[in-house]
Amino acid sequence: MRYLPLTPNDRQDMLATIGASSIDELFVDVQEDARLDGPIRDLPMHAGEMAVEAHMKKLAKNNSAAGDMPFFLGAGAYRHHVPASVDHIIQRGEFLTAYTPYQPEIAQGTLQTLFEFQTQVARLFGVDVANASMYDGSTACWEAIVMARRITKRGKAVLSSGLHPHYVSVAKTMARFTKDQLVSEAPTLEAATDGADLLDQIDDDTSCVVVQYPDILGRIGDMSALVEKAHSHKALLIAVVTEPVALGAIKSPGQMDADIVVGEGQSLGVGLQFGGPYVGLFGCKQKYVRQMPGRLCGETVDSEGKRGFVLTLSTREQHIRREKATSNICTNSGLCALAFTAHMTLLGEKGLRELAMLNHKKAVAAADRLVSIQGVSLLNESFFNEFTLVLDKDTRPIVRKLADQKILAGVSLGRLYPEEGALAHGLIVAVTETTSDEDVEALATALEGELA
Amino acid sequence: MNMLTEGRPTKQDENLAVPDQSALKTHTGNRALMVDEPLIFETGSPDRSGVDLPEAPFVESRLGGLDRDEPISIPGLSEAEMVRHYTRLSRQNYAIDVGLFPLGSCTMKHNPRLNEKMARLKGFSDIHPLQPVDSVQGALGLIDELATWLKTLTGMPAVAMSPKAGAHGELCGILAIRSALEARGDAREVILVPESAHGTNPATAAFAGYKVEDIPANADGRVDLDALKARLGPDVAGVMITNPNTCGLFEPDMKAISDAVHNAGGLVYCDGANFNAIVGRVRPGDLGIDAMHINLHKTFSTPHGGGGPGSGPVVFSDALAPFAPLPFVEKTEAGHFNLVEEETAEDHHGDSFGRMVAFHGQMGMFTRALTYMLSHGADGLKQVSEDAVLNANYVLRSLEDVLDAPFSKSGPCMHEALFSDNRFTNGLTTLDLAKGLIDEGYHPMTMYFPLVVHGAMLVEPTETESKAAIDQFIGAMRSVAERANAGDEMLKSAPHFAPRRRLDETLAARKPILVWQEPEEYAEAAE
Amino acid sequence: MSRYFTDEHEWVDVEGETATVGITDYAQEQLGDIVFVETPETGAELSQGDDAAVVESVKAASDVYAAVSGTVVEVNDALEDEPALVNNSAEEDGWFFRLTLSDKSELDDLMDEKAYKAFVDGL
Repeated sequence: MRYLPLTPNDRQDMLATIGASSIDELFVDVQEDARLDGPIRDLPMHAGEMAVEAHMKKLAKNNSAAGDMPFFLGAGAYRHHVPASVDHIIQRGEFLTAYTPYQPEIAQGTLQTLFEFQTQVARLFGVDVANASMYDGSTACWEAIVMARRITKRGKAVLSSGLHPHYVSVAKTMARFTKDQLVSEAPTLEAATDGADLLDQIDDDTSCVVVQYPDILGRIGDMSALVEKAHSHKALLIAVVTEPVALGAIKSPGQMDADIVVGEGQSLGVGLQFGGPYVGLFGCKQKYVRQMPGRLCGETVDSEGKRGFVLTLSTREQHIRREKATSNICTNSGLCALAFTAHMTLLGEKGLRELAMLNHKKAVAAADRLVSIQGVSLLNESFFNEFTLVLDKDTRPIVRKLADQKILAGVSLGRLYPEEGALAHGLIVAVTETTSDEDVEALATALEGELA
Repeated sequence: MNMLTEGRPTKQDENLAVPDQSALKTHTGNRALMVDEPLIFETGSPDRSGVDLPEAPFVESRLGGLDRDEPISIPGLSEAEMVRHYTRLSRQNYAIDVGLFPLGSCTMKHNPRLNEKMARLKGFSDIHPLQPVDSVQGALGLIDELATWLKTLTGMPAVAMSPKAGAHGELCGILAIRSALEARGDAREVILVPESAHGTNPATAAFAGYKVEDIPANADGRVDLDALKARLGPDVAGVMITNPNTCGLFEPDMKAISDAVHNAGGLVYCDGANFNAIVGRVRPGDLGIDAMHINLHKTFSTPHGGGGPGSGPVVFSDALAPFAPLPFVEKTEAGHFNLVEEETAEDHHGDSFGRMVAFHGQMGMFTRALTYMLSHGADGLKQVSEDAVLNANYVLRSLEDVLDAPFSKSGPCMHEALFSDNRFTNGLTTLDLAKGLIDEGYHPMTMYFPLVVHGAMLVEPTETESKAAIDQFIGAMRSVAERANAGDEMLKSAPHFAPRRRLDETLAARKPILVWQEPEEYAEAAE
Repeated sequence: MSRYFTDEHEWVDVEGETATVGITDYAQEQLGDIVFVETPETGAELSQGDDAAVVESVKAASDVYAAVSGTVVEVNDALEDEPALVNNSAEEDGWFFRLTLSDKSELDDLMDEKAYKAFVDGL
């Protein structure tokens, strides 16, 4: 078997050294009735590369790949072009098969890239510090709420209706166990974000206000007023960014004085991958750094005075504080963080700004084209690369029908909010640098057909 | 003769005096292939980029007046510079591809490249999680197939695929337990955890709102069954047991532990980090557990990637299956795959404790793990655990004369061998041995874990090491251990040959520098 | 002013109704380089034996208990910038917090310098 290097002779020699006459002797502690008399049944036996490839390719073919057809889905995961060099770098064995950098002398490769990653995220978000990544945006969002509770010692979090419904669902699930109180509602089909409503909800019991930017319907809201009100009540403002490319074109939440900024880094370096693995981004103000969950990489020197990097502030983490840890998180999303930082390095500020404007302007052009269709109106006054169309029919069946015709038309609000009848005519459409004019025409024609 | 004397010398002049290498300096500070690489903030610039993008359409922006008006200050590099930057950095990393990686409880086995190739098939990598399910039947089918493998290998009836890592899986298991007990109207407050457990166990239990109490170990390093039985009662929700345990030993009383906990009305969580010792050979379901997380990045070869991403699916017993989180894949009788989310959960999975993460889970790790399982098959996986256990016992018996092995007398170990620093002299510690091992060309073994052994060293060679590789490793360990036993001072300043010497972690914690700061003069000049 | 010691290696200086609490020199040596001290909030009411502070070295975080009951009136701000004070001057400048005593009789349970030294010698 190609991954098992021991030969029968090797095994004999080793058993002799051990002083056992068979492998079974080494499993002596396993009680009799749990010992099996052969390989586990109902599973196939081993297979060579060709057979495995054939099997996997068959499964792969039975999916509609985004790049093969007009594609407009977003809602928390975006299709961007991952440059060839980025995908190449993450496949270098020294990165791919490395472990968590607990022995820093032989892990400076990983550690330096994490330090660069942290710096890039902090600057993109406009905050003082960022960690070495979390599992994804939704768990980062929840961890931020928990962090706000620790800092303010209050248990009520106000969630904007523009927060991704999966993120809300995750927070609600966790809050059931931690007894945090969450205030949240489904969004309404209005051009403005729910900033005005949220202002009314902030009081002295509030630990934090959680705002998505741009929000689930693609709307871009100024959070300055919210930040001010939150601070006046000694509450924190948590901004959630599910599309970091947007920050190449719009103000950072840190610039508006957000206290904690979290997000999903998938857009950069990490493909769609059917939902995972992704990479959670987490940043905050300097004064809260010891309350931040997750791994942190810091700069130091070695015994010869050379600059080097190490994991630091570990005493917050589970393997030391155990019950009193800031979180139970163990891994970060290492390789995805590397992909993010490598892509960001390749872009640089110049490339990121260009990429952002390309996304935005293509989205504007697409919105204008789609809105010219009878029965289609555009909800948003402002948007980055994602906007909400309101059709004069339920969008969910349309999306399914178009998918059968090999057009992936976007995410219907009926899919995200099945309980909210008022949202059933909404369709979230994302446009990126990978969307062509032909794709937009194809979608337009298809929608015209459906709405005629 | 026609004597031709052109050409350069072909070997070094024997009479040349060569000074001691350590005194030599180079202009760049580099040492041949070992190149020091600056930060991108020191070499890149915000106006340089390594991508070419098409022109944007000529339309007006509609950013709601929130256009970015401040610099981002992230430098860029051209493609060649970027590739060189990361290639140079990668060469300062140890990795499985570089050598044996003996980290106990991490299972650093070879990461097959077929996994990478399959994960990149566009039918898996280029699909969006919210596409209509009819357009992703292959992907849902893959998740279902992997789920079937996991259930069959563990002998458990149900599995939750969505947790993003081992610790996340632990949380999933404990929340399911909590939900099950609350549904029974019997919410309990205490979870029992062995002293030797990994820190994530008590952290997870505390996060879920439980009070954590220790279960003592007996002299053989196993759970003290009598002490456990004495503590069980109506306030104990359950136990979190690692089996094989963190000392590398199988718990022979596992079934008895499960029975005792069940009799007292509690539930059993099993930490599956050490599944590599028994995969394909023993089914945890036969030992009475109720939930177990599986680390796909340990047992099933998905890459560690320098710290992640992981994947931590959790298998469940019948008692806990109804409470499993959303979403999950289900197969209809017609062979069609559906995704059960919040929407349809009400109908037939109403007791689910809810959603733990956006979207469905670590698809990229599922493709890799399934590729691995198909490659090995049931027979191969059985051989995996046998070779893993064989290799670890070989290491144990080959080193127990030179390194103190606290449980070596009580029988064989499983897939990892545990040593302590008890024989070291001159104030030398496990840390010193580890740093000495670095100089020998190896990543150290797991250190100072489990906490129950002084200066613990946990060695897990895994099954993907040849006998020759293990013999070489044993030779290196023996050498460094002998030096530690003899009190060799030089170990205190090891490593001597790594890209960096020992780093000042005190400074890093006292004065944390977590992001790049512009040097003062540069910032002032910019004003 | 009198100084008392606990068997958890805290020292308490009492002057009138105010007690100053820190950890002993023996303790700081055992802990290694101190990187951070988490002090209680002023105004916090502590009972004897409660978790009062946390002293962090690089690899471990140790709980410091309230040696006596009372209300915290002052914390040592200098520790934020210079946690090394605990290593260099554990029993003087490295004090953690001050509180007003609520039950002076608790001091009877504590050791004096001589008893603490004997206790440490026996460890």
